[in-house]
Amino acid sequence: MEPLLSVDHIDYAYHTLDGETKALDHLSFQVHFNEFLGIIGPSGCGKTTLLSLIFGLLTPEAGRIKIHKALSRNHKMPIGYMLQKDHLLEWRTVYQNVTLGLEINHQMTPGYIKPVEQMLRDYGLDAFKHVRPSQLSGGMRQRAALIRTLAMKPNLLLLDEPFSALDYQTRLNVAEDVYKILRRKHKSAILVTHDISEAISFCDRVIVLSGRPSRVKAQVPIRLSLEEKTPLKARSAKEFKDYFNQLWGELNG
Amino acid sequence: MTHYRQRRRFVRCVQILTAVLFFGLWEATTRLHILDAFIFSSPSRVLATFIDMARDGTVFYHIGVTLYETLLSFVIVLILGTGIAVILWWNRKAAAICEPYLVVLNSLPKTALAPILIVWLGNNMKTIIVCAVSLAIFNTVIHLYTCFSETDGDKLLLIRTLGGGKKEILSKVILPGSIPSLISNMKANIGLCLVGVIIGEFLAANAGIGYLIIYGSQVFKLSWVIMSIVLLCFIAVGLYALIGLLEKIYQKRL
Repeated sequence: MEPLLSVDHIDYAYHTLDGETKALDHLSFQVHFNEFLGIIGPSGCGKTTLLSLIFGLLTPEAGRIKIHKALSRNHKMPIGYMLQKDHLLEWRTVYQNVTLGLEINHQMTPGYIKPVEQMLRDYGLDAFKHVRPSQLSGGMRQRAALIRTLAMKPNLLLLDEPFSALDYQTRLNVAEDVYKILRRKHKSAILVTHDISEAISFCDRVIVLSGRPSRVKAQVPIRLSLEEKTPLKARSAKEFKDYFNQLWGELNG
Repeated sequence: MTHYRQRRRFVRCVQILTAVLFFGLWEATTRLHILDAFIFSSPSRVLATFIDMARDGTVFYHIGVTLYETLLSFVIVLILGTGIAVILWWNRKAAAICEPYLVVLNSLPKTALAPILIVWLGNNMKTIIVCAVSLAIFNTVIHLYTCFSETDGDKLLLIRTLGGGKKEILSKVILPGSIPSLISNMKANIGLCLVGVIIGEFLAANAGIGYLIIYGSQVFKLSWVIMSIVLLCFIAVGLYALIGLLEKIYQKRL
């Protein structure tokens, strides 16, 4: 089956007055339908740049990024991008925040609004629809940000360290929530993180990038002996430690 | 808590006492001919002048003219200043080109322009409005442009990840996010516009508080001059309170 997304030998460099810094070097990988792909690498290895390239905010200097035809056809926003912080706008109510993307894309139609209202109910934000974001807890804010991204019905989600701004306990809970929501909606995802445990517990496959200029150093499929995987349960799986050591070795090797 | 209240009451009492003492001393010294009432006027004379001018309505006419000119120039500064700041934000090259000129014009004492304005625009309200606008506009443009440019880059990225372009960045993030800054700028502008209007009226008017002050001093009716200054105090406080009210309404909506 043709992959959902294929990144094919892409190069990218930052240009400054002093010259150019090569960020990505012939980078290739694929994401399949319903797959959660984790990307880890040393800090500054161009993980965020990679997501910007996939989303189309930047253009690769060489190589190709191909999205499956079924997605790019008849779809304004086949890819959703979730940033590190929630960036909810304080002068808008929670409802106005989660519909911001629909407003921008002129999609304030029942076909898009109804699922948003359903998500607000499902994820415990219905009672907070008309309050300001400052009244939400960290976890609720991140859920609101997720609804804002999902409102445009993307198939592939790019998650740029979406939990790193949260405290540890909230972080585990939000990761659990987001995981279940995305699985239930049959989405695919690319999770960029520097947290090895998070990558193992959240993803089906983890790619390790080398330092700058980044190449794919290793691809590790995660297979845990669990009846039903969720990020929290994954942490107690007996293979968890082995994967951790393997990825730690790849990162530092 | 009671301690705090007591202190507040004390401060308020001394404030009122200071005013009473000031006006009382002024009145007494002029009555006792220690100060020359012809030059220094006196509270009772000022009050009498006010009642006199209020009876035939002339004082309200002059207040009205000054208020109208101030509010008109204020609105022009608000719209024009925001408009220019948006254009500069939209077009970085234009901003880079304009920057030194804006800095020079902003630091130039605008009162120096007033005599030229009379020659160019004539002895009328146009001169007064342009004078007041010139006093506040450059600072407004610089202030708002800086505020626009300093908007959190991640917020701009957010709009782009939601499929928006420059237009959406402006309308969804930059403008609504700059409202608090705009309001604080408006507070400064309302005062500056009043200053500009008074300067304009000194030079080119036959009505308004500025005109009353100049005319009064020329014909040695010091009671007119001092009454006008007292009225200006009230107008300035009133206009500032108006912006404060706008701010409160905005914050309540938030």
